[in-house]
Amino acid sequence: MSGKLLYDLKSVSKTFVKGKEKITIFDKLDMSIAEGDFLAIMGPSGSGKTTLLNMLGGVDQPTGGEVFFNNSRVDTLSEGQLARWRANNIGFIFQFYNLMPMLNAARNVELPLLLTKLSSSQRKKSVETALKLVGLSDRATHMTSEMSGGQQQRVAIARAIVSDPKLLLCDEPTGDLDRKTADEILSMLQLLNRKFGKTIVMVTHDAAAAAYAKRTLHLDKGVFVEKDLAA
Amino acid sequence: MTSIFSQILTVMMMNIRSLPQRFWMSFSATLAISVVVAVLLSFLSMSKGFEKTLEGAGSENTAIVTRSGSKSELNSVLSNDIVNIITAAPGIAHNAAGQPIYSPELFVIVDGIRRSSKLKANLPMRGISSVGFELRSNVEIAEGRMFEAGKNEIIVGKAAQREFAGFDVGTEVRFGKTIWTVVGLFSTGGSAFESELWADTRTVQSQFRRGNSFQTVRVLLETPGDVQGMVDLVKQDPRLVLDIQTEAEFFSEQGEALSGLVSIGWALSIIMSLGALAGALNTMYTSVSDREREIATLRAIGFSNISAFFGTLVESIVLSILGGFIGAIASYLFMNGRTTATMGGNFTQVGFSFEMSPELFQDGIYLALIIGLVGGIFPAWRAARLPVILAFRGGV
Repeated sequence: MSGKLLYDLKSVSKTFVKGKEKITIFDKLDMSIAEGDFLAIMGPSGSGKTTLLNMLGGVDQPTGGEVFFNNSRVDTLSEGQLARWRANNIGFIFQFYNLMPMLNAARNVELPLLLTKLSSSQRKKSVETALKLVGLSDRATHMTSEMSGGQQQRVAIARAIVSDPKLLLCDEPTGDLDRKTADEILSMLQLLNRKFGKTIVMVTHDAAAAAYAKRTLHLDKGVFVEKDLAA
Repeated sequence: MTSIFSQILTVMMMNIRSLPQRFWMSFSATLAISVVVAVLLSFLSMSKGFEKTLEGAGSENTAIVTRSGSKSELNSVLSNDIVNIITAAPGIAHNAAGQPIYSPELFVIVDGIRRSSKLKANLPMRGISSVGFELRSNVEIAEGRMFEAGKNEIIVGKAAQREFAGFDVGTEVRFGKTIWTVVGLFSTGGSAFESELWADTRTVQSQFRRGNSFQTVRVLLETPGDVQGMVDLVKQDPRLVLDIQTEAEFFSEQGEALSGLVSIGWALSIIMSLGALAGALNTMYTSVSDREREIATLRAIGFSNISAFFGTLVESIVLSILGGFIGAIASYLFMNGRTTATMGGNFTQVGFSFEMSPELFQDGIYLALIIGLVGGIFPAWRAARLPVILAFRGGV
């Protein structure tokens, strides 16, 4: 791992209480992610990889330990502060795209920009750039519900990158796609990492998808097994 | 701050655009609210119309003298001597010949057949002189002619003719053993007097065996609203056990007859509002439930929980205001101008029109707004508290 440290998880624990039972997902987990990394997290169902992704994205909080982002603690931020922090630093890509069906592609992509002070014309320009990058310039006014899965995921990627966040968090981004389309999406993520320097953390079940990452962490019962796959 | 507004606006527009997905549920909630508003406005427009009819009858220029405590014209009785004394009181206007301007009147009840129910109902008949005409504004003979003194002739008010059968000009009607001829139709600009039959005072006294007594005396005041001179005289003279009011005050008290009905209208509307509220709550909870993942996704992207709250609340308010408008318009179309009659303060039928004013329209919208606010606030709170983690859960 090289480059400036982006994420630093120190002795992070996560436990759930279900009835009288206490379930431990992680116990004093340490993890670092450098800027420009493309990290795949794999593991069996229930291993906690999505919980880890949620903690990285500030949508779930650890029950112990510390999470640093750019040397600042984020696990102690309030809900409102976390929302602003996510808006400024993170782009999310979901397995089922999570687009707004009542909005067209351009409007979907514009959503994160509504949280900025950009003018309408500036937002429009950024949306055009993002859609062009994912190859959907000609579909800007199309309703996302009329698009194929691959196209929808590309809209979702455009939405994730439109505000130029440092980090992209991807939750099974190709889990709902066929192989060919999945490869297109993964190539796009790889391009964003290599050409545009985006740091990417991707949770996946798919070893072929993980092969696009620079490195893969296998998570099992709260323990990492690291394999460097970088080219 | 701009960001918060644009967030709220975005969530609100998304919610509204997704309404077709929940069309029937949203439609039924809107319909329930519209029915509540329509019922309330129907009652209120009835009350408003009744009030307006009575207000039109009362003037500040005229004072009405009744026996003390009688509350209505029907219960009052004044002897000719009392009429002579009170009409000499200060504050009463005089004509060119120096005579006080007053109208002693009789007020009796006759039977009429209501057109709507075909049943007998009390119809007021007033014995009135030519001065009585002068004391009332807007009196016009709309058809036929004026009754003649000393003859069994009546003229009928427009509302009375509209509500009761058998009073066309030229027809004969029987009251007890006497037969009267309808010789004219009169209007008074929609006031309560239009619900009456008018005939010559002395003839009514004679035919209804009232001797030389009257029910009321109307006098023209020198100064509008100033009855103090007459009141002082009543206080000084122990023979005068009388109430003196301006006509406006008198009819205002009569208008209280419908206040109970208005209370029933409000009570019924509030009970129905609870039903509509349940519908609105159900619709909005379903709306939030349908959009859980969308709301959580927006929160994950960085939208605030305030935008989720207000976006949901505004959806509820939009639906309820829409319902309010539909209810108010339905009420206007079906009720405004509709005529009916009800029991007035004299135990007689007073004809009036439902009156839908802009203020009532506003009341209806306010009621809808309250239902929308209360029905939306809890689901909105739920939307604001949805865990962001839901964005990462299973597919559609």
